[in-house]
Amino acid sequence: MSDGSAMSAVLRLLAGRLAISLLVLAGVSVLIFAIARVIPGDPARIALGPNATPEQVEKLRGELRLDQPIWLQYGHFLSDLSRGELGTSLYTNRPVTRDIAQFLPATLELILAAGILMVCIGLPLGIIAAKNEGGFLDNLVRIVSLLGVSAPSFVWAVILMLLFAFFLPLFPIAGRIGTEFEIPHVTGFLFVDCLLARRLDAFADALWHIALPAFALALSGIGQAARLTRANMVETYKRPHIEMARSYGFPEWRIARKYAFRPSLIPSLTIIGLDFAAMLGNAFLVEAIFAWPGLSRYGVAVILRKDLNAIVGTVLIISAAFLIANLVVDLLIALINPRIRHSRDRA
Amino acid sequence: MRRAIDIILSRPLSIAGTALIAIVVLSAVLADLLAPFPEHRGTVVDFTNFNQPPSRHNLMGTDLVGRDLFSRILYAYRLSLILGAVVLALAVPVGVTVGLVAGYLGGWVRFALMRTTDVFLSIPPLVLAMSIMGVLEPTLTNGMIAVTVMWWPWYSRLVHNLTLAEREEGYVLAAEIIGASRFHIMFREILPNCVPAILTKMTLDLGFVILIASSLSFLGLGVQPPTPDLGSMVAEGAQYLPDSWWLTVFPGLAILVAVFGFNLLGDALREILGTDQ
Repeated sequence: MSDGSAMSAVLRLLAGRLAISLLVLAGVSVLIFAIARVIPGDPARIALGPNATPEQVEKLRGELRLDQPIWLQYGHFLSDLSRGELGTSLYTNRPVTRDIAQFLPATLELILAAGILMVCIGLPLGIIAAKNEGGFLDNLVRIVSLLGVSAPSFVWAVILMLLFAFFLPLFPIAGRIGTEFEIPHVTGFLFVDCLLARRLDAFADALWHIALPAFALALSGIGQAARLTRANMVETYKRPHIEMARSYGFPEWRIARKYAFRPSLIPSLTIIGLDFAAMLGNAFLVEAIFAWPGLSRYGVAVILRKDLNAIVGTVLIISAAFLIANLVVDLLIALINPRIRHSRDRA
Repeated sequence: MRRAIDIILSRPLSIAGTALIAIVVLSAVLADLLAPFPEHRGTVVDFTNFNQPPSRHNLMGTDLVGRDLFSRILYAYRLSLILGAVVLALAVPVGVTVGLVAGYLGGWVRFALMRTTDVFLSIPPLVLAMSIMGVLEPTLTNGMIAVTVMWWPWYSRLVHNLTLAEREEGYVLAAEIIGASRFHIMFREILPNCVPAILTKMTLDLGFVILIASSLSFLGLGVQPPTPDLGSMVAEGAQYLPDSWWLTVFPGLAILVAVFGFNLLGDALREILGTDQ
C-alpha cells in the first residue's frame, strides 16, 4: 500500500471528526448562550451598580440587546462571532477577545507543561507496572495513581507548595518568572517570548517557576495514564503475537517497546485527550493557589459579576481548545494505528 | 452477595477502602456525638481562641474566628456525602435512560441523543458547573443542580456503549421474537446486564462528586459560609500559608481520605465484577 492512500485515509477520518467537532461546538454555543440568558436578576443592573438611574440601565440593556427576543440575540451573537468578535466585557470594559488573548497564553502554557509531565511520567509508570504485574512495583504504582486522582488539584497544589516551596525551599512560591527579568511581550507565550529575546536564563527561570504548578495539575492525569497503560499492556502481553515474538527470540525490550507498548498506546492517548479537558477546568484551581496570571481570576470574576459576554466567550474558547486537543489526539491515533492508516474503504 | 463480600475481604486494598469509607460515613452520621464543639458548625465567634495550632483541646487547630476545625470537618463530611448521594440519585436515572434509548433504538434518535451528550462532554466538567453556578445563586441546592447537569452525560455514554454490545446478544433477539415491548427489552432485559458497570461507576463517582463539589466551593461558587465545607475551608486558609498550615492541610487531607476510600473500593469492585471499561 502506498503512502499516499494511507495519508488520504487519515485525512478522510480527520475531516469527518472535524465536521462533528464543529457541530458539537455549535451545540456548545447554544447551550452556553441559553445558560447565560436564564440569569435571574438584570445583568445590566448588576454591571452598573445600585446607584445607576433607570435610564442608564435601559441604555445598557439596549446596548447588550437584552430587550430583544433570545433567538435574535443569538443571531447577533453568531454574526459577531463570524467577524471574530465576542462583545465587550462589562467587568473590564474591553473586548472579550482582547481579555482572553491576554490571559489565555499563561493558562495554555501551564496545561501544555502538565500534559508533557503526564505523558513523560504516566506512560513509563504504566509500563513499569505492567512488566512487574502483581509485584511490589505494580502495587506501588497502583496506590500512587489512585492517590493522584483522589484529591482535587488545589489540594495537591497546597501540599506541593508547603513541601517544596516552604519546607524545602527548592521552587518559587508564585508567579510565572522572576521580577528581575524583563521580557518584551510579543506572543504572550512566555517561553516563546524568552526564546525570541534570546534569553536562555529567563527561559530556565520560567521553567523553574512552572514546575510545581504544572506537577500539581498533572498529578491526577499521571495516575490515570499510568493505570490505563498498565491495564492495556497486561492485556496485550497475553496476546498470541507476543508469544510469537518471544519464540522468534526477539529481545525482551524490543517486544515491550514495539509489540506490547504500541498497541496499548491508543486507549491511553484517548484518555490523555479527555484529561486535557479536565485540566482546562482544573487549571482554575491551581492558578488560584500559585497566583498564576492566567484565565482563572478573570473567569471567576466574570462569573461572579454575571458578565454575559465574557462568560459565553470564555467557555466557548475553552471548549474550542478542548475540541482541538481531541482532534490532535485523533490524528495521532490515526497515524499510529495501522488499521486506520491502511483502511481504504471506511473512515 | 456473600461471595462478593468474601472477595472484598480477601484483598487488602479493598479492605482499606471499605475502612476509610466506614470512617467517613460514621463521622458524618455521628457528627453530633463525635464533634467536641457541635455549635461550631455555625456562626460562632471566639476571638480569644482564634487561629490556634493543633492541640489537645482542638485536635486540628482553630480557624480565623476561633472555631474548632475538627468539628467543622465532621459536619462538612455530612454535607459532602448528602450532596454526592443526591447528585447521583438525580444524574444516574437520567443518564441511564438516555443511554439505553439511544443505544437500543439507534437511527436519528441515537444521533440526536448522543450528539447532545457530546455537547455536554465537550465543556470541561468544572467549567460547565462553574458557568451554571455563575448564573444561579450559590446555594447548596443550586450546587447539586450544577453538578447533576454535568454528570448525567457520563452515564449515558457508558450505558449507550454497553447497550450497543448487549443488543446483539441472543437473549435480546429471543425477546424480540416473542414480541416483547421495546420498554420491556430496554429496562427488563438489557438494563439488568448493565447494572454491575453502573454500580462500579457510581462507587467511583461518589468520590469524584465530592471532589468536584469541593472544587466549586473552593472557587467561591458553592456552599456559602458559615456552612462548613471542605473546599471553602481550604480557600480561606490558603492566604495564611505556610504559618497557619492546619487551616488548609486538614480540610485538604479530609477530601483526600474520602475520595481515596471510594476509589479503592470502586477499583476493587471493577476487578470483582469484571467491569473494566
